[in-house]
Amino acid sequence: MVPTEHYLALSFVLFTIGVIGVLTRRNVIIILMSIELILNAVNINLVAFSRHLGDVGGQVFAIFIITDAAAEAAVGLGIIIAFFRNRSTILADEMDLLKW
Amino acid sequence: MTLNTFIFYFFSALAVISALLMITRRNVVHSAIFLITALLATAGIFLQLRAEFLFAVQIILYVGGIMVLFLFVIMLVNLDVAVRQAAFNRQAWLAILMAGAMMGTVALAVWLGRASVHLPPVKAGALEPNTELVGEALFQNFMLPFEIASVLLLVAMIGAVVMSKKRI
Amino acid sequence: MIDLLIRFFAPHLVPLIIVLVVVLVLPLLAGYVVLLERKVMADIQARLGPMRVGPHGLLQPIADAVKLLLKEDIIPENADRFLFWIAPLISVTAAMVAFAGLTFAPGKYEFFGHLNTVAVADLNIGILFIVAVSSMGIFGIVLGGWASNSHYSLLGALRSSAQMVSYETAAGMALISGLLLAGSLSTRAIVEKQAAEGVWYVFFAPLAFFIYMVASIAETNRAPFDLPEAESELVAGYMTEFSGFRWALYFLAEYCNMIVVAGIATTVFLGGWLRPFEGTREADFLDLAPTVIFLGFAGYCLWRVPRQFEKIHKIVLSIFAGLCFVIAAALALPVTVQPAWKPVLHGVFWFLAKVVAYLYAFMWFRFTFPRYRFDQLMRLGWQWMIPVSIVHVMMLGLALVLQRPPQQGGLGWAWWQGMLVSTGGTLLVAAWLGALGERRTQRIAESGV
Repeated sequence: MVPTEHYLALSFVLFTIGVIGVLTRRNVIIILMSIELILNAVNINLVAFSRHLGDVGGQVFAIFIITDAAAEAAVGLGIIIAFFRNRSTILADEMDLLKW
Repeated sequence: MTLNTFIFYFFSALAVISALLMITRRNVVHSAIFLITALLATAGIFLQLRAEFLFAVQIILYVGGIMVLFLFVIMLVNLDVAVRQAAFNRQAWLAILMAGAMMGTVALAVWLGRASVHLPPVKAGALEPNTELVGEALFQNFMLPFEIASVLLLVAMIGAVVMSKKRI
Repeated sequence: MIDLLIRFFAPHLVPLIIVLVVVLVLPLLAGYVVLLERKVMADIQARLGPMRVGPHGLLQPIADAVKLLLKEDIIPENADRFLFWIAPLISVTAAMVAFAGLTFAPGKYEFFGHLNTVAVADLNIGILFIVAVSSMGIFGIVLGGWASNSHYSLLGALRSSAQMVSYETAAGMALISGLLLAGSLSTRAIVEKQAAEGVWYVFFAPLAFFIYMVASIAETNRAPFDLPEAESELVAGYMTEFSGFRWALYFLAEYCNMIVVAGIATTVFLGGWLRPFEGTREADFLDLAPTVIFLGFAGYCLWRVPRQFEKIHKIVLSIFAGLCFVIAAALALPVTVQPAWKPVLHGVFWFLAKVVAYLYAFMWFRFTFPRYRFDQLMRLGWQWMIPVSIVHVMMLGLALVLQRPPQQGGLGWAWWQGMLVSTGGTLLVAAWLGALGERRTQRIAESGV
């Protein structure tokens, strides 16, 4: 029986790696993938607590998060495709049209 | 150490290593593959937590749906010149420092306040049979979020289709 | 140390053994399914098929396997080596892991202190697990096409994966119709429910079975939906640049997928391990059918032995006849002497018989129907199959509610009335959708675009 703190620690580590991925990479697709990693870390947290407290609401919320992640990935990737068609770049550093 | 704990440590190690590899690869397709392994490891952890329905949903939706979408888009926008460009942006070191500081603060706060958290003891077997319980909860207590999620998916579908069209 | 290992693995020993058996036997079995397909193709095309390698081509799969293992392993120049290596592995792994969800025979048996079913594992989410793992197979195709660094491969891979994703939804919805009737996701529980009701679910929901059959043909990239790998269209699609053992792995993955999909259809619709007319005493003579079938095989082999030209052919055919005799005896024993073995042996026989019948239907369709064009394929999947399967689920739900006794709010209808309602309602909607499609096609043709 693994203590719940271990699951929380794993969730914390994955969250940190996801945050670092979002902040350090140039490729927008990898930034999106790091966001998916963050959402998964949160899911692990939710399901660990759901198991600890015996409440199935944690798992239901995790299902909703997965659904939202799908919707967000679809829209985000649509934006990337539209931007790529116009500017031929997917590097976040080069998306600076609105900068002064 | 039972098989149960061994499975947890195995999938945790797999998840962390895959995540680290994912954010450091230069080739985007390799990054996507490591994200797939990280998601599969997460699904394994769900299974080890006896959340079997979530395990199946994670694989069907996340790995079999979202990552296929990612791979398609990567193949559409992949530029060969990307291999020779810098992978990390200018503020990478500062970003790692800030992320470390932020998460360190969170960890410190949790560690210092651990005495004040009073969790009840684990109720073993409270979530059997898993699929039936999740189904009941989805269709009874969480009916409204369920319907809103379906509307959200419809909106996202329309949005993605409109944005990817060449001429609206 | 040793007893620690034993204590660690003991509860899982039988599943491990079954996994080993599956992984070792499956490639051989898939090879013989390929031979069966070539023989069926030959039969439909009025010729004989492989006859030279063994007697009646029985050693052809072994010769093919040896050839593929010894072929030169060519990797294209700018191919991504890591992806090139991993893509066939993902396909094969996904196809083989899906076997873990199927249950082949009834009963739980005690081994090493644990109750085991005749399956790798008795999963609560059996069907969902198989669907999930099958959806992983898409990556093998997408990555294989991408890694080959070739136009044909990439186009074939994208088409193939788009097709698989489209028909996955329709197949899932058709399975949901069967699951509505069964009330459980566990493959063992679904067949036990069919045994309890005495009727296979194909008679309760024939339209769902039809939709699942068509969707599974598209899922496994078989004709008439095999545009992604058609020889005349895209060379060999995503498999173009893979040679030797890697191509063998892809091929193995495709045939394993076929067997898995046939297994699911057998479990959910065709009654799994149940003998036809399992409940009726009068039909118990069907218990002798397995023995008679294998005796027939053995007799045919022995009859053909003198007509073989070469000695090695005579030997192989005699060995084959001997094997068939042994299997016939093993299947006859439970009926006469040892009834305790009957559920397992006969259960596995009937399961495999139904899987083989389903695969024969696959092969029959392949050599009968012309190929669908890709846009026709996608239109069929999204604009016809998905709406029809969703409507069927709703109609089946309605029928199930109507079948409830009046105390629980239903009308107490019989099963065949419910079946008529669900099938009839769905057919009406399907016909309307088809008419809509016709009007659209006519409008496009008239506008001269």
